[in-house]
Parts: sequence; C-alpha cells; structure tokens
Amino acid sequence: MSGLHFWRAMWGIVGRELWRFIQQKERFISALVRPLVWLFVFAAGFRASLGLAIAPPYETYILYEVYITPGLIGMIQLFNGMQSSLTMVYDREMGSMRILLVSPLPRWFLLICKLIAGTAVSILQVYVFLGIAWFYDIQAPWQGYFYLLPALMLGGLMLGALGLLLSSFIRQLENFAGVMNFVIFPLFFMSTALYPLWKIQESSVLLYQLAHYNPFSQAVELIRFALYAQYNQFACFYTLGAFILFIIAAIIGYTPSKGMMLKKGRE
Amino acid sequence: MRDIALTIEALSFAYGDKKVLDNLSFSVAAGECTVLLGPNGAGKSTLFSLITRLYDTRSGKIQLCGFDVKQQTCLALAKLGVVFQQTTLDLDLTVTQNLHYHAALHGMSRKLAGQRISEELERFAMAERAHEKVRQLNGGHKRRVEIARALLHKPSLLLLDEPTVGLDVPSRQAIVDYVHQLAQQQQMAILWASHLIDEIDSGDHLLILHKGQIKAKGTIPQVLAATQTDTIGKAFQQLTEGGAK
Repeated sequence: MSGLHFWRAMWGIVGRELWRFIQQKERFISALVRPLVWLFVFAAGFRASLGLAIAPPYETYILYEVYITPGLIGMIQLFNGMQSSLTMVYDREMGSMRILLVSPLPRWFLLICKLIAGTAVSILQVYVFLGIAWFYDIQAPWQGYFYLLPALMLGGLMLGALGLLLSSFIRQLENFAGVMNFVIFPLFFMSTALYPLWKIQESSVLLYQLAHYNPFSQAVELIRFALYAQYNQFACFYTLGAFILFIIAAIIGYTPSKGMMLKKGRE
Repeated sequence: MRDIALTIEALSFAYGDKKVLDNLSFSVAAGECTVLLGPNGAGKSTLFSLITRLYDTRSGKIQLCGFDVKQQTCLALAKLGVVFQQTTLDLDLTVTQNLHYHAALHGMSRKLAGQRISEELERFAMAERAHEKVRQLNGGHKRRVEIARALLHKPSLLLLDEPTVGLDVPSRQAIVDYVHQLAQQQQMAILWASHLIDEIDSGDHLLILHKGQIKAKGTIPQVLAATQTDTIGKAFQQLTEGGAK
C-alpha cells in the first residue's frame, strides 16, 4: 500500500462529502440560517441587556453581535461535527458505511479522512457565514480571516472527533436526537460562546469551572483570538488535547476487536 | 491444483451466549462458484461480516489468498470484492461518482478508474445510465452497478450476500448467469450466499449451513450422494428439517 493510495483515498472521501454537501441545498441553507438567526435576532435583542467589558482579544468596547460571532462560528462547527456523525450512523444503518470499512485501508485512516471531510465542509460554511456577517458590519482585521483557518481546522477536527466518538456508541438513528439534546445544548450553553467567563463566574463558580474546562469553550476562544489575528496558547493546546483524546477513543470504538462494533450485534 | 482464494479454519462466533457459527472449516478455490445455502438466520450474514472484517474473528482463522484477515487486514481486503444484501450505493450520487469513490478507496488513479468503469458498465449494459443518479435506477440496475463496483479492482474472491433478493425473474437470471461466467472465464472465486435453490448451477459447489453448522459441502453429486436424495431441494430439506423454499 503506497502513500499514493492513501492520498487518492483521502481525496475520494473528502470529495464525496463536499459534493454531497453542495448537492444538499437544504442542508447548506439550514446550516447558515441557524447562526444567522442567532446573530440577527438573538444578539440584536440582547445587545442592550448585556454590557461587555474590554477583554482580550478586543481592544475597545464591542457590540454583543461582535462578541457572539466566534461563538456562532463554533456553533456551526459543533452542529456540523454532530451532523457528520449523524451521517455515519445513517450510513451504517443504510449500509454505505460498510463499503468504506471493507476497503483495504487501516480503519484509523478511514475515520480521520471522514473527519477531515466533515471539517472541510464546516470551514466552507464558516466563511460563507462570515461573508454575510461582513455586510452586517461585523468585520475583523483582514489578517484574522487567514489566522482563522488553522483554528477552524483544529476546532472542526476536535468537534468532529467528538461526534465520531458518539457515533461509535449509537446503535440507531432514533437514539441520536437524545444525544443531540444531551451533548449539543450543554456544550453550547455551558461555554463562552454566548457570554464571557467572568460573567458566568458572577452567577455561579461551578458553572464557571464547567464552562472553563468545556472543550467547546476553548475551541471558541481559539477561534475568537484567531479572528483578531492573535494566538491563545492555552485554548490551542486544550483543543488539541481534547482532539487527541476523542480521536483515540473513537478509533478504539470502531476497532472490530476492541470497540463497540461487536456489541452492535446483527447489523 | 487451483489456487485457494478463501480458507476458513475452525471458525466460531457468538453474540454473547448465543452461538451463531460453530466450528466452520471450508475453502473456495479460484474459478469455483460456491453457493452458501441456508435458511434465514443460519449465520450467512455473520460469516460474511467476519470475512470482511466488520466483526472480529475471535476463534478460528480466515485467510484470503493466503493473507490472514486479522493480521494482514489491508492485504486481504484488497483481494476481496463484496456485494452486500442491502444496497450500499450512495443514492444522491451518479453511477460514475459511486464507482469513482470505490476506485479511490482502492487507490486507483483517475485514468485507470475511468477505463475500468467504462469496461464494467459496458459489460453490464449500463453505459448509457452512467451519469444518472442511483436513486433513479430500478432494483435490478442498482444490483448491476454494485456488482460492477465490486469488480473494479479485479478481486480474486467475490462475496455476494443474497444479491438477488427483491429482483424480478429476468434480472435474477441475468445476475446468476453473469456471476457464473466470471468464475469460468476469469477464474474468479465466488462465494454466493442464498436461500433460493433455483440459483444453483449444475457445476457449483454447495455449502449447506444450518444453525451455524455446516451440514454438507462438496459438488452437487457429492451432496446428493451423502444425503441419498435426488434433488438439491430434498437434500436441503432433509438437512435443514423443512427449511427449503
């Protein structure tokens, strides 16, 4: 098996995922509508009631819409990560996952390709979202849009790996709705996506601790700093650590001799 | 002596306490079409999941062209073409896109994949449907695409898990004929799981599986002699206690 084989297979998997995404117009639109509603409606409504102090990476007072934008980018990636894993459960139920798993490539590689494919889709969504936000006067320094790319890669991989891990435990599509509620909402609301950490600390120290160590928070902070052309080392290492942890667990989950595949029984 | 494409030795498998495969041993040689006959629930799909490494082999050994499925998974899987019982095509992609995806997973260059795809689609009289979405194809055509896909990388062993389920009689017959041609003309080893006796050709090898055990194996005359019956239907019925269709 040559490096060329790996390369071709990776492009095959990523290309298929991107093509499917582009073809599914409803998915593309709904992926954009969700954060835009939060931006145009929720953030506009809360603008007056939430005062924000100056805190890095911002150098001046900012509007709530500006604060919430990195959180909404994180939201796009979070939903996309979960959606990719939903696709995995669907593919497994429908059988097309089998074609992937019986191809002559190591399983860890196939899972990582799936992750890369999902992340590529989420990055596409984020830049379209930022394009629309630009016309709504949410404009970051131009370098920020370049710095953002590696942050999105890492954030997307981490959230995708979490989705992948969950998908290795989920037997049927119907069970997924519960997981969405138990995973997406706590991750999103217990994070810095909607409110800064110090604000959470004012209300509850426990919530503050949970939000601080929530990997989604750290992914959002990494994105927030990157969008303003700054580097947040703690957030970067924390997100990277979470990614490594999730991907190892997901690979174990999908390994026939060790993981959940056996327990799924008759497929 | 023909090359052995598939060797299974002392293979057992259980879901928890329930034993589904019990000490199976058999082999399939190049150019040989072996029909794995068994009533529903005999363990055919589990056996296929083990050969394709979807499930882990805990007890026993499976070798594909000399490569151990557990130890040399990628080398073994490269020799294998599979058509699953359930359709595994991506309905929203075209026929060609589905085939290119499979070719990429097998590391084929775009050019080589294009050539092989044209050849296979031509052979299955599907060339003019190449750019249609799979969703628009009928069941028989989808099956043809799946077999074409399984053959793209020129495997040594082709596994077919009840590929004719839900098809009309002419579509079924076309697939049965074509698969037998593959064994004869290209020396491909075929393992065909079925519960339909009329899909068996006179030159086929038989493997009758019931409740996870091999009840009979060999050529048709050998199985008939062993069961002292004059038709496969009767032999099958005798071995599976009234499970024939």
